[in-house]
Amino acid sequence: MSATSSGAGATSPEIVVPDELANNVVITNIAKLLDPVYNWSRRNSVWPMVFGLACCAIEMICTAASRYDLARFGMEVFRATPRQSDLMIVSGTVTKKMVPTIVRLYNQMPEPRYVMAMGACASGGGPFKEGYNVVDGIDKFIPVDVYVPGCPPTPQALINGLIALQEKIDQQSIATVPWYRKGDPTAEMVPVPVLGPDLVDLRQLEIIEREAAKAKAETAETAESAA
Amino acid sequence: MSEKILEAPDTVQNPVEQATTELKQRFPESLSDETRPGYEGLIVSPDKLREVATTLRDELGFNYLSSVTGVDLIDDNKMEVVYHIYSIEKGGGPIVLKAQVDRDNPVVPSLVPVWPGADFQEREAWDLLGIRFDGHPDLRRILTWDGFHGHPLRKDWKEPFYEEDHKPFGSRWPGGGVRRAEELNPYGKNVQYPPGWVPTGDEYEVETDLYTGLTIKKDETIDLKTEQVTVNIGPQHPSTHGVFRMVVTLDGETIVALKPVMGYLHRNHEKIGERNTFIQNIPYTDRLDYICSMSNNLGYVLAVEKLLGSEVPERAEWLRILNVELTRICNHLWALGFLLNDLGALQTPMLYFYIERELILDFFEALSGSRMMCNYMRFGGVAYDLPDDVRGQPTLQFLDELVNERLPRALEQGNELMTGNEIVQARSIGVGYLSPEDAIAYSTAGPVLRASGIPYDVRRAEPYSYYEHLDFDVAVRYNGDIYDRYLIRLDEMYQSLRIIRQVLPYLKETEGAPIISGKPQYALRVPKGGEAYARVENPKGELGFYVTAKPKGSNPERYHVRAPSFINLTALEKMTVGHKVADLVAILGSIDIVLGEVDR
Ligand code: SF4
Repeated sequence: MSATSSGAGATSPEIVVPDELANNVVITNIAKLLDPVYNWSRRNSVWPMVFGLACCAIEMICTAASRYDLARFGMEVFRATPRQSDLMIVSGTVTKKMVPTIVRLYNQMPEPRYVMAMGACASGGGPFKEGYNVVDGIDKFIPVDVYVPGCPPTPQALINGLIALQEKIDQQSIATVPWYRKGDPTAEMVPVPVLGPDLVDLRQLEIIEREAAKAKAETAETAESAA
Repeated sequence: MSEKILEAPDTVQNPVEQATTELKQRFPESLSDETRPGYEGLIVSPDKLREVATTLRDELGFNYLSSVTGVDLIDDNKMEVVYHIYSIEKGGGPIVLKAQVDRDNPVVPSLVPVWPGADFQEREAWDLLGIRFDGHPDLRRILTWDGFHGHPLRKDWKEPFYEEDHKPFGSRWPGGGVRRAEELNPYGKNVQYPPGWVPTGDEYEVETDLYTGLTIKKDETIDLKTEQVTVNIGPQHPSTHGVFRMVVTLDGETIVALKPVMGYLHRNHEKIGERNTFIQNIPYTDRLDYICSMSNNLGYVLAVEKLLGSEVPERAEWLRILNVELTRICNHLWALGFLLNDLGALQTPMLYFYIERELILDFFEALSGSRMMCNYMRFGGVAYDLPDDVRGQPTLQFLDELVNERLPRALEQGNELMTGNEIVQARSIGVGYLSPEDAIAYSTAGPVLRASGIPYDVRRAEPYSYYEHLDFDVAVRYNGDIYDRYLIRLDEMYQSLRIIRQVLPYLKETEGAPIISGKPQYALRVPKGGEAYARVENPKGELGFYVTAKPKGSNPERYHVRAPSFINLTALEKMTVGHKVADLVAILGSIDIVLGEVDR
């Protein structure tokens, strides 16, 4: 629903609007007005971050270029800095070496912020899932709003994903969005993973220690039984 | 006179044989022939490697080290390093040197003093296979990070989602179901840690080595006090063409030192490739240099065809050349768009060029079903014949219009707008110079090599497919700067158009002829085993595939890619030192890298 359609000619039982003014007066209350206006302005000026990871980025560039022209959706302003962007299109394979940077970029984006996983790799590892340096889906680290399937998704598919994002924005309400609520886990900073012998997700330290102890005991056991 | 001509066939030896004989005479003790069936080359004892290499380079004319491949010979408990060395002047095949060392303590002398182009390739072999190169100036991990556990390309190293050594996995086929790999992993992710490892926090200092030699230096000897600073550019930066990172030391705005850092897109192409069956690797090659999937396919397919001994029907060869040359145009349009973008012509030339590129992609989509990831070549031919129509036009008519009207017009337009442009010239002439000697020494390939005045093109030097029957010139420019690397790409597009014009009549002539030899097969086995190396002239340079297989094997034992973008980057520091930091972006653009191939 767009803001304008709820406006012109609206009536209310308590307030009588003279006929000659009916087309110019909108009677509503602030709660009803705020959301549509808030969402309408955000959905039509989503600024994605210039952020290409792999092959999918090529299709992302094509989407923004001559033939497909993303500007039609109010999204042509690609920003090179996370501080000015609303949308992170994770366009390609996320590797373990790269994921700390991606999480840091995500943390640096001001809210409201959205993440789109473009392509099979960003959504779940894709063709490279079994690789030792590949993260099996960016949603293991940061929350994803829209997944776009494909390898690579065609520009049409990407645009479809962006429209899906606009629809998602339309349904949000200023009263419930996570970034205006205290203590909402989705609005918090994500701990930046670090590179050890393998990628370490700091939220998993406990499991890592537990598993390490288990593995140690197992190796000791096998050594004993061998002896 | 006539006698001489008659005599000629006996005396003129193939340059490789000639050099091999000569080498063996010089180093009788330290060289021996390869004895494994299906393998070729010379086994060199490691202590003489550098001497042999120097002789090859200085006296026998084999001056171009193309590729360095580490191989894990786990059955013999050995590590092997394979060197493919070519002659720029004579062309033709390679001299293959192999150094074998003990697997538990693999140390090979570094060839960086002989060919600086070995630098990154040796680091890669150290990183992925744990082969140490004695005398290497900066032997650090390159694709993974310092502190990574193990050397992943060793045959006994297993990744977290390991299932079986070779595909197809029994759990999936025949009869199997699909389980999500995450469910079997205690962390629910693609990670594993060495037994007993407990995070303490000290492990995370992974980059201390990187900055040594790049520390802040103060210069107080002159009146004006200056200070050098080290800056990181990338991995998230709009003009690094992907997730590439450079650590540069600057004196003011002048670059004093530069270290490229890569691996941010290291997708384990080779490890996955060694688990895959032969045919499963074709779609993976699409994703190497993802702008040129067709020509990557061709390189891989040629290598495996050598192992399989397949024949390719005529129509398939013409189709291959058509697609590979269209890919070249596609790539150069892309590369020039971005190069001009980097030079300050923000987006306009790019948008103009991409209109035409989209047309080529339309053709690819109609032909293969995908715009970018064509997965089109097969062993012994190609997957599909030409479609009936493209964008509502009969295919041949569409192609005819494309190569005779649209593309030449677009190139002309780009040429007129940009080539004489004052800003473009001011920013690119004389910037990023690479001398011909350095271009060879640093193992650069493709437009970078040819823009430095070396007319070396694999399509002419060691022709594959039907290139010897085609009439085209090897584009060459002599100034070795950004401007020449820009011009040479324009030249190459004209040459590609010329080639396609010659191919189109053959496509008409052979209509209906077979496009693949034999029946399409999925479970291929190589009859004899052995090794094969094939190289093609990719738009970015020489792309090589080294594949070995066991007799009756259905999977590659070792699968290595000589990636031109990766090796061309070795010369980046050479080209940039002394220039301003703003030129760095343009120089990088003129090399034309793609990270899928750099990091694999
Ligand atoms: S989904 Fe496919 S096209 Fe996209 S990054 Fe992954 S491999 Fe490349």
